[in-house]
Amino acid sequence: MKKTVSNFIMYFVLIVVSVTMIVPFLWMFLTAFKTVSETMQVDPFVIVPKVWQVQNFSNVIKAMDFVRLYANTIGMIVLRILFAVLTASLSGYAFARLNFKGKNVMFGLVLFQMMIPVQIFIIPQYVMVSNLHLTNSIMGLVFPGIVSAFGTFLLRQAFMQLPKDLEEAARLDGCNIPQTFMYIMAPLTRSAMVALGIFTAVFAYKDLMWPMIVCPDNRATTLASALAKMNGQYQQKYPELMMAALISCVPMIILYIIFQKQFIEGIATSGGKL
Amino acid sequence: MKRTTARQKSEFFWGWIFILPTMLGLIVLNIYPMIDTIKQSFCKIGDFGKGSQFVGLDNYKKVLGDSEVWQALWNTIKYAIIEVPFSVVIALLLAVLLNKKIKGRSVFRTIFFLPMVVAPAAIAMVWKWLYNSNFGLINNIFHVNVNWISNPKLAIFSLAIIGIWSVIGYNMVLFLAGLQEVPKDYYEAAALDGANGFNQLIHITVPLISPTIFFVLVTRIIGAMQVFDLIYMMIDLNNPAWKKTESLVYLFYKYSFEQNKKGYGATVVVVLLVVIMILTVIQLIGQKKWVHYE
Repeated sequence: MKKTVSNFIMYFVLIVVSVTMIVPFLWMFLTAFKTVSETMQVDPFVIVPKVWQVQNFSNVIKAMDFVRLYANTIGMIVLRILFAVLTASLSGYAFARLNFKGKNVMFGLVLFQMMIPVQIFIIPQYVMVSNLHLTNSIMGLVFPGIVSAFGTFLLRQAFMQLPKDLEEAARLDGCNIPQTFMYIMAPLTRSAMVALGIFTAVFAYKDLMWPMIVCPDNRATTLASALAKMNGQYQQKYPELMMAALISCVPMIILYIIFQKQFIEGIATSGGKL
Repeated sequence: MKRTTARQKSEFFWGWIFILPTMLGLIVLNIYPMIDTIKQSFCKIGDFGKGSQFVGLDNYKKVLGDSEVWQALWNTIKYAIIEVPFSVVIALLLAVLLNKKIKGRSVFRTIFFLPMVVAPAAIAMVWKWLYNSNFGLINNIFHVNVNWISNPKLAIFSLAIIGIWSVIGYNMVLFLAGLQEVPKDYYEAAALDGANGFNQLIHITVPLISPTIFFVLVTRIIGAMQVFDLIYMMIDLNNPAWKKTESLVYLFYKYSFEQNKKGYGATVVVVLLVVIMILTVIQLIGQKKWVHYE
């Protein structure tokens, strides 16, 4: 008897929280297909659109050129993942498995970077990007993410967990250090690389301040920063705003639902950087 | 003997080659910018945006004498004071519930974590709409008439609610990982001694996962002190609550990139760095009293 009551309370709490998490997304979805007058009506209050305004979708895509925004965002994400995974697995391996003079000082710098709030880097980073004439370009968006201190830390952890004998065996077989890294060790840290890739992608996709600063141009910017622009311009046109928000988050949500285990691992290891 | 030195030489050579891209990147993209920002906080951009001249502590004097900066610091702290404890406590309770073998465990986890994969810009837009005082879902469903984000006294709380909503799933996942380490027989022993669920939570769970709680607290406070996206998206300049919601990072953005006063912006961000460092050091000292490492 006591067990059923506490079970009931438990499910009640979990369901209430779930509803709270889902309702904003549901409301975004429902509003996206309404007319403006339906959103401005309180008596009766409209929950579900009477006629689903499917053309809101094409209107918004055309008005903000979402194809372009997606291309920019994906371009930035792909390049950032490539750079971060490549540089971080090299340095992660060196920090975990090789002994050399100066290693501890250099790793100290990596840890130090992770502890500093990112805003402190932004003004000089922006000045560099504008001196290199990279504003309003994909490389400008990628710029601060070319290397990753967090990725180095994450990959170092992964390399440290691999057994020592593997390397010994490779060495006895005549592998030099780059070969050992490429053919023996790096393939074994694939799951850490995936976690870093996901973290990098979600971080870049969510970031707002950097794209607003370096890519103010509508055609060169990312989804997040375009939403900020629309937010200022559309004011009370909530169906369009919600449609834009919906278009920019649905693909990520679908990816998340498919790869949820990897997503949760990748983001949870980040230590609050997101 | 000779073989080890050859090996050492090769480790030294390849070690540096391997870390070179990362270290060069960190020096160019982070270390130099940090020094430059600190330097700029002692400078003023000259007339017509040309050159920068050293002005000593002038920026700091101005910042520390500026009531807008103090208000922004207070707003930021208020946001953190609400967001962090609530998100931590709710997440911990949810983690304890989901740590049991129950039906739908992974479905709940997926749902709670959902806001973490959505751009804050989109989240802010939908909450702005939910909070809308005339046509918003919240006021119309609960038949109230609250100015959630335009009442200067209330707005920062409304923003913190979104912060809590966004981050509980994330905190919960970290707590779930910590709970995996807690041996099940502790609870069985406690149940035999007649401890109820609440007592078990306070006397067993919390002390045993105190390192995780500490980690979450430190990282969440750092995160909350940097709040920007929500405020930037939700509070327009003609919102009467604007002065009472502006955060330090918002102020940094405004000075550096909207008003092009980079020296002043740099000073604000150095102040933020110092505040975050002080808060972190206080926690590192305070942890000795309540965090138990095995």
